[in-house]
Amino acid sequence: MKLEIVKSPYFLAGLTIISIFILMALLADVISPYSPVEGVGPPLQPPSPRYLVGTDNLGRDMLSRIIHGSRIMLTIVMIAVCLSGMVGTIIGLISGYVGGVLDRILSFVMDSIYAFPPLILAIALSVALGPSPLNAAIAIAVVYIPTYFRMVRGQVLSIKNELFIEMARALGIPSTRIVLRHILPHLTQTLMVVFSMNSADAILTEAALSFMGLTVQPPTPDWGFDLYKGRGFILAGAWWMLVFPGIMITLLALGFALISEGVSKSASRG
Amino acid sequence: MGLARYILIRGLLIIPTILILYTLVFVVLRVLPGNPVLAALGTKNIPEEQLQAIMKELGLDKPLYVQYFEYLLNFAKGDMGKSMVIRGRPIASDILDRLPATLELSIWAIIFSIAIGVGIGYLSARSGNEFLKAFTRLLGSTVFVLFIPALGLTLQLVFSKWLNLLPTGGRLSAEVFVKPITGLYTIDTLLQLNVMEFVDAVAHIILPAFTLGLVISGPYMRLTLNNMEQVMESKIIVAYRSRGIREERIQRHAFRHVLIPIVTYTGLQFALLMGGAVLTETTFSWPGIGTYLVDKVMYRDYTAIQAVIIVFAIIVGLTSLIVDLIYALVDPRVRY
Amino acid sequence: MKEVLEVSDLWIKYYTLSGVVHAVSGASFQLGKGEMVAVVGESGSGKSTLGYALLNMVPKPGKIVRGQVLLDGVDILKLGPEELRRIRGSKVSMIFQDPFTTLDPLRKLGTQFEEFLIEHGVERAKARAMVKEFLVAVGLPERAMHSYPHQLSGGQKQRVSIAMAVALNPVVMVADEPTTALDVIVQRQIMDLIDDIRKRVGTSVVLITHDLALALERADTIMVMYGGYVMERADKKRLLANMIHPYTKALFESLPRMSQKRMPKFLPGYPPDLRNPPSGCIFHPRCAFAQEKCRSVAPVLNEIARNHFVACHLAGGEQ
Repeated sequence: MKLEIVKSPYFLAGLTIISIFILMALLADVISPYSPVEGVGPPLQPPSPRYLVGTDNLGRDMLSRIIHGSRIMLTIVMIAVCLSGMVGTIIGLISGYVGGVLDRILSFVMDSIYAFPPLILAIALSVALGPSPLNAAIAIAVVYIPTYFRMVRGQVLSIKNELFIEMARALGIPSTRIVLRHILPHLTQTLMVVFSMNSADAILTEAALSFMGLTVQPPTPDWGFDLYKGRGFILAGAWWMLVFPGIMITLLALGFALISEGVSKSASRG
Repeated sequence: MGLARYILIRGLLIIPTILILYTLVFVVLRVLPGNPVLAALGTKNIPEEQLQAIMKELGLDKPLYVQYFEYLLNFAKGDMGKSMVIRGRPIASDILDRLPATLELSIWAIIFSIAIGVGIGYLSARSGNEFLKAFTRLLGSTVFVLFIPALGLTLQLVFSKWLNLLPTGGRLSAEVFVKPITGLYTIDTLLQLNVMEFVDAVAHIILPAFTLGLVISGPYMRLTLNNMEQVMESKIIVAYRSRGIREERIQRHAFRHVLIPIVTYTGLQFALLMGGAVLTETTFSWPGIGTYLVDKVMYRDYTAIQAVIIVFAIIVGLTSLIVDLIYALVDPRVRY
Repeated sequence: MKEVLEVSDLWIKYYTLSGVVHAVSGASFQLGKGEMVAVVGESGSGKSTLGYALLNMVPKPGKIVRGQVLLDGVDILKLGPEELRRIRGSKVSMIFQDPFTTLDPLRKLGTQFEEFLIEHGVERAKARAMVKEFLVAVGLPERAMHSYPHQLSGGQKQRVSIAMAVALNPVVMVADEPTTALDVIVQRQIMDLIDDIRKRVGTSVVLITHDLALALERADTIMVMYGGYVMERADKKRLLANMIHPYTKALFESLPRMSQKRMPKFLPGYPPDLRNPPSGCIFHPRCAFAQEKCRSVAPVLNEIARNHFVACHLAGGEQ
């Protein structure tokens, strides 16, 4: 099963894209031509040999800002996805396994949140928590908990039905161990799909929150935030302040989306 | 079960859903440390007694659970509270003023998204060309992950700044006035046969609606394509063909089957549409509930934010109900 | 009597990504007016594919690579798409195994039926009248035309399919496992209906089935297929009296019977992979009587008695 995934062109393309971005984030200090936070040249310069992506209104090199922007984006998104993944999975496991009234209530609550527009809820939560990268990550995490909850709970329920029969026959085996040992292998493939799709969503949500000034503060380089601050200048003609951050956001999200495609395609085949 | 009873039950279920969301937001907004008034006013230099006076005025001195229920009761009566920042200004009137703008944008966006998404999906399915189909699928995925502000700003740059064809933001040009009937300017101007005003309204809505519509259209492409393929292979179609029905007729009948998952999907993705609408409004300075929310967010106007959340919860609940209704109309199997 | 349907040397292959599937290899038979031939075989024997070929409707990636299908003297394999469309439903029709999915669930029965007639040139008013007439003729109330398919039972749906299939008085009706999805009592009713139509209108029927017992009960001629090849073909009486081919005998022996005291004997082994069929006689891997020759040379259909054809070396099927 694992080998088939690697063969999928979508998966490979997505993985390549993500890897490039991760490398970019890790090697940011090394590969950036200039500092991302200091003005190094004349402001609002279009792309040129010296400043490959141009400069912003404060004379900062856009290329360096874009390279460093990957750091904050990936950090926030990774924290958010891991947080919601862990919390959602745990609650889903418990709810699915215990069942009964608890499960019904939890499911209803989760469904209500799931049905609500994620971005709007994230905005409200960000405001309440206060604008900071960590709080943004938490807000995004809360919004996506129901996604993991539903998936994990679904798996638990389907396996619970199978296991009940076995457990009735084989008495005295600690049920928690069975549940964990039998559920986890089934989960991995679905988890990969949800995880990657979730990451793509989280990227777009982070960018959106940044575009509303709810994540970072100046002078931190962030793609969405740069679009927010640069808006006036962009509409006055500074297209390089728009195109490159915009492409980065979409490309990174696309990378995760392709991975999700690739895994789910081979899952349905294999 | 009868259609009426089905609607009633589904309608009633909206209420606990709204409560859950309200509670979540209320808890996060109020329970966290920090005085909301100070946060809203953005300053820490207010004499204590003045602060207390303001809090009393806004009802913030009462215990939390009292505030929780009081707000709900008032909301049910139509009073959404008063803005914390612009003191004394009722929130309900602001929101209701802006609701038609968001509605208009959303409707146009859905029209665009279905036209683009289903159109491309249908055409690529009919073509039978495998490359075209694979391309359509890829296109669908890519379009869906476009960053709305980036797309929006690009279109504004191209059409507003460089080509000077379309306006940059807002719903109408400064000099134009439309007498509101529904609040949806494109319709109102048509109803009153004001051609100039109609053109102005369309010119203002076309870029935001297209931006949002294009992004939302992605899944429709894939959905339509996959379902057309499935249906065309299905036994129903084979049976039609064995009876010697013309190919075009068969396509039309096939399409009706494809319509069902499209309707279902529209209902499911409505939440995404709302989020996208907020982002689109922000990008184009479109005066809807989205920009209202973002403005209030800037100033930490908690009461207003609460109100907006509840309003959105109501909208989402109602629309999913409507979608279920449409579904029942399209598929006779659900009715009986 | 001139045969209404003559199938000669039909070869059909599916060109799939995992290889060429030899679905039908050299099938031939004739059908007279009002007669029923039963094409009997397991899944994968090629019987359904053969059925589709009789309407020149073999689904992609299938292709009819050789042979003739003469319907009232006209080779339908040579017709253009428009001519084909015209004869489908009117000169040759088909009813399917699963009535649930062969009637459009989103449209009323009357509407579907009328559309079918109108597409074949019947004018609207007459079409409406015909719909009522035929629904009653197959034993349904007139008001069924205002119902949706899901409001009818399986048997009733099948009746509607049959009504449509005979409304334009086709020469041949192909029935692909028409009763498999129905319960036993309804099965009988449907088969009685088909017999009734044969007698009254003279429609010839190609019955595709895996049920040898059903075939022996109802058909005039029986054609046993295996792995795409015709193993044995004979009129019913002759076959009952004298089954020659080992496969036919095995099929017969696997039928449970009231009079027997022993358990039915089932044929061991699996159906062949048609992308990579065995050499020689396609049945030889499962044949209890296989000889050296069977492994290397494929037998041809030989007329060993009047109207009794067998493809087996042990019955004189030499080249």
